[in-house]
Parts: sequence; structure tokens; C-alpha cells
Amino acid sequence: MTTLPEKTDRKLGLVIDLDTCVGCHACVVSCKGWNTENYGAPLSDQDPYGADPSGTFLNRVHSYEVQPEEGAAQLIHFPKSCLHCEDAPCVTVCPTGASYKRVEDGIVLVNESACIGCGLCAWACPYGAREMDAAEGVMKKCTLCVDRIYNVNLPEEDRVPACVRTCPAGARHFGDLGDPESDVSKLVEERGGMDLMPEQGTKPVNKYLPPRPKDELDQVDVLAPYLQPVAEEPKGFIGWLDRTLEKL
Amino acid sequence: MSFEQPRINTSPKVSDEVRKTTCYMCACRCGINVHMKDGKVAYIEGNRDHPVNKGVLCAKGSAGIMQVNAPSRLRAPLKRVGPRGSGEFEEISWDEALDIATGWLAPLRKEDPSKLAFFTGRDQSQSFTSFWAQNFGTPNYAAHGGFCSVNMAAAGIYTMGGAFWEFGQPDWDHTKLFMIFGVAEDHDSNPIKMGIGKIKARGAKVIGVNPIRSGYNAVADDWVGITPGTDGLFILSLVHCLLKAGKIDLDYLARYTNAAYLVNRDSTSAEYGLFLRDADGKPQVIDRNTGKLAPFDRKGVRPDLSASYRQGGITHKPVMHMMASRYLAKEYAPEAVAEQCGVKPAKIRAIANELARVAFEEEIVLEREWTDFRGEKHSVMKGRPVSFHAMRGISAHSNGFQTCRALHMLQILLGSVEVPGGFRFKPPYPKPVTAHPTPHCKATPDAPLDGPHLGFVRGPQDLALREDGTPARIDKAFTWENPMSAHGLMHMVISNAHAGDPYKIDTLFMYMANMSWNSSMNTRGVIDMLTDKDENGEYVIPRIIYSDAYSSEMVAYADLILPDTTYLERYDCISLLDRPICEADAAADAIRWPVVEPDRDVRGFQTVLVQLANKLKLPGFTDEGGAAKYTDYADYITNHERKPGIGPLAGWRSGKTGLTHGRGAPNPSQLKSYIANGGFFIKHIPDEAAYMKPWNMAYQEWAVGMGIYDSPQPYVFDLYVETMRQFQLAAEGHGERQPPAHLRERIKQTLDPLPVWYPPFEDGSIDTGEYPVHALTQRPMAMYHSWGTQNAWLRQIHGQNPLYVPTKIWEKEGFAEGDWARVTSAHGEIVVPVAHMAALNENTVWTWNAIGKRKGAWALDEDAPEATRGFLLNHLIHELLPPKGDGLRWSNSDPITGQAAWFDLRVKIEKTAAPDQAKPEFSAIRSPVGKGPDELRWKVGE
Repeated sequence: MTTLPEKTDRKLGLVIDLDTCVGCHACVVSCKGWNTENYGAPLSDQDPYGADPSGTFLNRVHSYEVQPEEGAAQLIHFPKSCLHCEDAPCVTVCPTGASYKRVEDGIVLVNESACIGCGLCAWACPYGAREMDAAEGVMKKCTLCVDRIYNVNLPEEDRVPACVRTCPAGARHFGDLGDPESDVSKLVEERGGMDLMPEQGTKPVNKYLPPRPKDELDQVDVLAPYLQPVAEEPKGFIGWLDRTLEKL
Repeated sequence: MSFEQPRINTSPKVSDEVRKTTCYMCACRCGINVHMKDGKVAYIEGNRDHPVNKGVLCAKGSAGIMQVNAPSRLRAPLKRVGPRGSGEFEEISWDEALDIATGWLAPLRKEDPSKLAFFTGRDQSQSFTSFWAQNFGTPNYAAHGGFCSVNMAAAGIYTMGGAFWEFGQPDWDHTKLFMIFGVAEDHDSNPIKMGIGKIKARGAKVIGVNPIRSGYNAVADDWVGITPGTDGLFILSLVHCLLKAGKIDLDYLARYTNAAYLVNRDSTSAEYGLFLRDADGKPQVIDRNTGKLAPFDRKGVRPDLSASYRQGGITHKPVMHMMASRYLAKEYAPEAVAEQCGVKPAKIRAIANELARVAFEEEIVLEREWTDFRGEKHSVMKGRPVSFHAMRGISAHSNGFQTCRALHMLQILLGSVEVPGGFRFKPPYPKPVTAHPTPHCKATPDAPLDGPHLGFVRGPQDLALREDGTPARIDKAFTWENPMSAHGLMHMVISNAHAGDPYKIDTLFMYMANMSWNSSMNTRGVIDMLTDKDENGEYVIPRIIYSDAYSSEMVAYADLILPDTTYLERYDCISLLDRPICEADAAADAIRWPVVEPDRDVRGFQTVLVQLANKLKLPGFTDEGGAAKYTDYADYITNHERKPGIGPLAGWRSGKTGLTHGRGAPNPSQLKSYIANGGFFIKHIPDEAAYMKPWNMAYQEWAVGMGIYDSPQPYVFDLYVETMRQFQLAAEGHGERQPPAHLRERIKQTLDPLPVWYPPFEDGSIDTGEYPVHALTQRPMAMYHSWGTQNAWLRQIHGQNPLYVPTKIWEKEGFAEGDWARVTSAHGEIVVPVAHMAALNENTVWTWNAIGKRKGAWALDEDAPEATRGFLLNHLIHELLPPKGDGLRWSNSDPITGQAAWFDLRVKIEKTAAPDQAKPEFSAIRSPVGKGPDELRWKVGE
């Protein structure tokens, strides 16, 4: 068993806008690229050109269809990575202390040199956010790009997670969710940001902004107030044209 | 248990060096920062300073590192030693390869240059490759526009001097309503995502019109799940509603369009439907100030949209009258089109209402003074903040040109083109048809072609016909079958060459075009044509040269392979002469440069073309004495001048007093300047020139200074395209050049000078009762054509492609997860895995584009899911319409532009027992590059 800190100084995390995420997987591959080259062992790929390619990814995008009772079905793109929970069961279940939550910023990390690859943490995580690297035999997970966000070798504006920097639609936001005045906290407040599976009691730090209501034009008054006819027939239209041109 | 938190290094060294170049993982040409460690590519991210992507990067771009290490990369020139299609090759030296190619090409040039067909696929260097072909002298050159989106490009240019994507973009900073038609998830990729994110962040709305609700349509606030091929009808119904309500911008229409031009309305006249012109050829309008006739562009003229004019017993009416009588007709009422479009009348009306509300109730005004081409000063720039974007979904139909025209007419009627909040052009657009060349096709032995191949016809006089009236080009572009085929018809080249229709060729030379697989309709048929032999045992298409960087399916069908580099190993230029990367606020161009050197015996294709040109002593590439002007492509980019002072790159040219931009002499250090500036050049448009560009003299003069025009080219938008009327007149029997009898009726019907809708041709040539279902493809955001499947990371995202089936068909056929279906068209049959999708037009099935692979290609294992479960819809689509019994070969293309009508496809679908693998099956081709490793742990640094 590994203990969680009683509190963390900050609660760094992601706010992901499901209204805007187009499901392009830019975040998935940017994450793969950065984390293959950086923190810990590379994210390996098995059978990469074969019948059953499978590799380690710290962030994946899933798509779900929603069929409302009335109206057209909708498709929601749902990116998922570690949510850096306040009560992270993956940490408390770790037998070696390899999984831990950082006191200064709340990031949940795996110390790969202490990880024995037992997989208990992946079993304990209700979100399926951890992946065992098949080549290295250690558990991999989102580091919130801990080697970017403080990295003095990067320009200041680039000190954000790779997925946030690359997201073309601007659907991913990074910041301190422990600070009610931070941009991300305000965004969560404004847009009704949600916890993922709150009933699990994990208190995830990452938040999801729900899609805005869709297909509202289906409910518009059929009278269409801006479409009052000026004429029914071409001849009447020419008359209207003439009168209107005179006023221009 | 007490726990000591590990100390970690949060500031590791990121890279030794960042090299900034241009992405080529798709066609968008984003700027990338390539992080290098120990001379190797360690990480790729977006370039924040770059005008296209401003720092972001898509999945493809970030996966570029897996392209540079791809096992499918070709390694050396190859000479075919087995039969075509076997994949049996021998590696040869570049000297031998160039000798072989020259040995084939030199005699053709001497005797008949048209015996060479040179088509260049997804080429981003068309101003260069066309220059090469022009100097070779063959009329047979084009890139892939004809099977991609020529309808979109040509309809835009003929209507308003520019189109979407590379030609223009929504005013992302001001638009309040963004409506997209037939936009899958590409073209362009990052800018659209960035734009949608930007406008959603400020609460603006997006309406998506697409049978499939994925990608951008999934995040659209409102979705119109339209029936494929009916977008034009839907748009004309919106036009009907707006006209009827008077929700059109009359001031804009009068000033900036040809809505006031007077048209001859006497059906007995030889000029019926043509504009009334003065002695100088200027179209005439009635000036509302005087009530008298005046040239449309005279200083102070207020063109009258309403007044008719009678001259010499002939009534002339303004275009506006003709539009009113056509579009106010009941056939365009929402109730009349609803069933065909699969959209409820109330929804059509609600969308028209919303367009009207935002355009006219939420008008925006920028306090910027400007002066128009009639000399009138305006104190503000007024905007109607409705913007549109459209792509292949409306383009790739046999009614696509007219549909694209209809969409442009809609945005022009709303007054939302080139105004704040609307759609804006990017330099070198706006550019009227009159500023484009006409097509040229006169081949002369041992001489260059008489001018550029591709262009914009003004009438029958510009068709590419030989003296006997037969097509001059192998693809029959610019003929009566498709007179306005501005991008050529790459999809017809192999079929026509095989049929010897209009003539036989000797050598087919292609670049980046996977014609024996996903880039052809009728894939099986094309493979057979490529391998077919004549009665003498010779190949019907005698010689095939192909250049590609990778082991694509097409490699096996060529006789000589010229291996290209990957995009990180080469010079390229993204030129203002070609398909540039400009923004609405700026002109820009860019380069690629070798951020790593190739580790194989490969050469950039454009450099190989320079070397071939030197060996062939082509004019343009060699001087009178036969000495080479350029050693390689970088040399050409730096030193070539298309006309004095204008070269491939606009930045950092040599001026009289130092470096200059736009016009200037070649600068030997130009590429170094580009590299130092992050791989691109950008020049901002002054504020007072940034909108109303076609009419704004400040813009016109700025464009002249930049070398975009030689003189100001103000013009008005062509709601009515007189050129199309010229073709109709010919079909009605007027003029010297006459269409063949079998095409007259079709020309009269389809080349209507005002946008019109007619059903897709396939509907008319098959039994729609037997084939009730529409079948489409879309390109996924994380994959581009076939390139993605060799990419170890991307193929884990899209390694196979089910056929997505809507709920109604899913239930009717009793499908369950894991089932397979037989899908049959009038042309062919496939057996493929299915998946349920509810957010889909109820009569449409679809799949992802180009995921399916042939066994043995792309260095994948033969049991890769791309080859066993992945499939192409291409097998169901023919390049010809079903025979009509007249012995003629009717192309499955738009009758105006020749755009391949991929999306006209109709099928039937039924459940079937699961086979071992997707059908049809193809035998494996032998890989010329072997196979990839079993595991990747790709860390290049410490």
C-alpha cells in the first residue's frame, strides 16, 4: 500500500471540452510522440506492421453515439487519459510505492524503477487509464507531461502538456483546478464541467465540459419570422425590388 | 508507511536543435518544428509562428516520425524483371534509371510528344511539373484535381474568382454562423478545426450538412443528414426562401455582381442569353442615376437590378429577373424538395430563417475606409457574418459543379463574400477567370507545347480539340464531354489509354498516384488494363514509369521506379504560382528542406525531373547550347523566373537596394533566408485592403506590388456564367464549333448559366429500386489516403474499416455486431464487415477511405487487418457509366468539369455469412522492400 498525500499544493489537471472535440486523435499521437522520447521507457509497439498491432498509448479517444428520445442521433468524441484523482485508488493499491501522487501539484506518476509490473494499479483504476508497456514490463500512464510543464528548456508558452499544445480545436485546457480563480476553474464553473463517474469516489481532478444542446433549429417556430414573404410570384418580386432599390 | 517522493528531472533537454519545415502528412502544409537528437528526428510538433497551423498539429503530423522510419520506404531505383503486377524488380543505379527513362522519352519528344502521358497525383509542385510537361511538349499533363475536387475549385473560380480551402476561408474572427456542406474531416484539416474551436469558444453556431454525422458534423450545433447528391436542391430551396422574403443584399448584388447585367432574352437571336455589350465589349447595365445604358464599371454608375431594356427589337433583362423567375418557382419550395433531400420542410425554413437573421439582423461594421473600383469612397466595411465551407461531399457528384455554383450563389445573395464575418479570399485569390490562362494543347515534335495545359475556357473556341474535332488530350479534358475541366481527368487516363480512345500512347509517367488501388475507380479493371497485352504479346500501355517514396500498390505495375524521398529529406516549395498557404490577411509561401539526409539511394522526384530535363535538353531547363540551367530542384526554386522578377518563392528576393519581397531578382541565399525564418515567408495585407478585395483598389494595388497581378484586375461576381451559355448556344446550333449530336441535349440541360439541380447521372442509368442505398467514403482525420496505413502509430487508430449501416437498414437486414454484408452495385460486388451507426442518413452506408490494402504492399504483413478486413468501395464504382447501347464510352463524371462522380454510387446490401476475409480478394504482390520489425521502441535520444 502506498499512501496518498493529505493534500496537494495545487491540483494540476486537464479540462476537456466535449462540445468542441472533433475526435481527430491529434492529442493521442502527440502524447505518444512526446512520451516515447521522454519520461521513462519509450511507449513501445508490438507487431507494428503485422496482423495485430498494439502499442502503449497514454491517451485514447473513444466515440459514443447518443440517441435522444426525440431527434437525430449524436456522436460524442471522448478523449480519455489519467484523471489524476485526489483519491487515486491506483496509488493506494500499489505494493511497492511506485505509483504516487505528487504533493506539489497532485500529478499521479509511476516511478518506473520501483514498478514491478504487477498490474494491480490498472486493475484498481475504474477508468482504464493505465497501460502496461509490453516491452518494458512497467506501468505507463499520463504524466501530465511533468517533463514539459516545468521544463526551463522550453519556451514558457510551451510549458503545457503535449496534448494541450497540439489540440487543433482548442478542446483541451490545462491548469490548476485547485485555484478557483484559474482559467480552467472558471471554465468549469461557466460550462458546468463534470467529473467522470463521480460515484466511484475517486475525486478526479480532470473535468469534462458537456456538449451544448444540439439540433435546436428543429424546435424553431415554423413561422420563421424572418421569412415573411415580400412577394409570392416573380412579378410581385420585381415590384418589391424596384420599390426597395428606390430606398437604397 | 512513510513515503519519500522520488526526485525527477522536470527539465530534461528537449533536443539538440529544432529544424523548421513544412509537413506533408496530408495536403494542408502546416509548419512543423522537427526536434533533432544526435542527427535523428526525435519529436515533431506544430510551429507556432506558421500561418496555417499556428502551433497546433494533427495526429498525422505528429506521427511523421513513423513515416521517416517506415519500412515501406523505397530504397533504390527499380527495374521490372518479372511480369507487370508480380512485384519482381531489380535494383539499379540512378545512372541506369535515368538512361532508361531518357531512352524511352527522347524518341517520343522527337516524333510525337503526345505519346507521353504525365500525370502527377497528389503533387504539391504543379507549377514546376506542368512547366516540365510543357517543355517536353505533351498536351497530356494534369494532377489529381479531376478526381478530387475540381467542381469546387472551378465553380468557385467561374462564379467568384476563388473557392474554398486554398482559395479562401471564413472570417473566423467575426463570423457568427458557419455552415458546412459535405466536409469530411480534411481539406483543410487543422485550420477548420482551429476555426470551429475559435467560433464555438465565443458561442457562434455551426450547421453541418452531411449524410454522416462524424467529425465536424458531430460537433455542429445543428445537423442536416441530407440525402447524397441533393445538396444543390436543398441550397436552391434556401435561395427560394430567402428571395421570397427579400432577404438578399440588393446593394451588394447591384455593386459587386453581374445581377444587373442585361441579358438578351430573344430566343430567336444568335446572342440569346448573352450579355448586352458596348463597342468595347463591356457588359451593359442600366444606371439607376440616369435610367440610361452604361458600362457596368463606369465611375459613379449605380447598376439597376430591376430595369429592362429594349434595343433593336430585342428585350434585355437583368440577371436578377432571370434569377427571380427561376428560384421563386414552386419546384424549389421546401415542401417540393423535402422528400428528395431527406430534410423536413420546417428544417429548411428554419435554416433559411437563421441565415436571414444572422446576415441581416446581426450585421457588423468595421471602421475602415476604402475605395472601390468605380472610384467611390466608403467610410466603413459592412459585414454579414454568415460563412460557408464545402468540400468533396458536394463536389464529387455528376451534378457537383452546379451544386457548388448554387452554394456560391447563396453566399453572394446574402452579401457575405469578402466582407467582415463572411467568406474571405486568400492571395493570390481573388482572381477572375479573365486573369487565368486558357487551356493549350498544340503538340509539335521536338518543341514545347504552345502554352500552359490547364486553364479556364471562355467558350467553345478554347476547347482542346484537334483539327478533326477529336480530343487533343488523352483524358479528353476540355472537350464537349466536359468542356470546363480545369484540372484534367486523371481518373480517365488509364482507361482511355487502354482503349486507345482518343488515341494510343507509349509511356505513362506518374507520380504519387496509387492508380492500381485506392486512387482509381474500378480498381480491378484498372489492374487488368495495366497488365493487358495486345495480339503481339506487348503491353497495351507499352511503358510505365512511376515515382513514389513508398511501396504502394502502384509500384508493382510500373516498369521503372524512381524512388522519391520522404518529406523530411527534400526541398520543396509551396509557391504563390501554385497552391500556396496564404491567409485572408496575408500572402505566404513556404519550403521544405532536408532536415535529415536520406539513408537510401533515393532522390526527390522534382530533382529527378530536372536531371531528366537536362538529359533530354528540354528548353526552359537548358540554354541554346544545351547546357543545364539548374542542377537540382533547390537550384530551380532559387533561380527560375516565370517572368522577370517573379520566381517560385516571393520572399527575400534581390532588389536594387537589398533584399525585397514579391518582385525581385533571384537571390542565391533565398533558401537560407527561408530556413532562418522557420521555413516560410509571410507578408501581411494592409488593413484597408483586407476585405472587399475584388473591388478594393488598395488590395488591387497591393497585389500588383506583390507580383500577384501585373495590373489591377477588379471584377464582379458571375452569378450568371456567360461562358456556360456559350456552350449551350453551340448545342442549340449556333457557332462554328459544334458538339457531336449525342451530347447536344446534355449540354443544353447541364451547362445552364444559372445554378440548376439535376439528379446524379447514376440514378438515371440504373434501377434505383434495385439499388436503393447511397454509398460514400470519408477520409478519417488521423489518416491520409494510403500513406497512413504504413504508419505504425496511425494504423493502430484506423487499422480496418467497417461499412457503417444506418439503423433502418441495420434492423431490416437483421444485422448484429460482427456480421458481414454483400454490397452490390451495378458494376461490382464486395463482401465486408458491417457496424451500426445511428447518426447517419437512413438510406446511406459509408466507410473510411483508403484503409484497405493489397497484400504485400506498404511493407505490411500479408495478414494485416488492412488486407484481410479492410476494403475499398472503389471496386463498386466504374469510371464509365453502364453502357447505353450506343457503343459510346460515357464517363462517370460531371458533364461540365469531368470531376469523378465517386459519390453518385448506389448499392444494395444484404447480410451474408462471414467469409475468411473481405472480398474481392487479390493475390499478394511481392514486396520490393521486405517487411517491418516485430517491435518498435523508438527512442532516439538518451
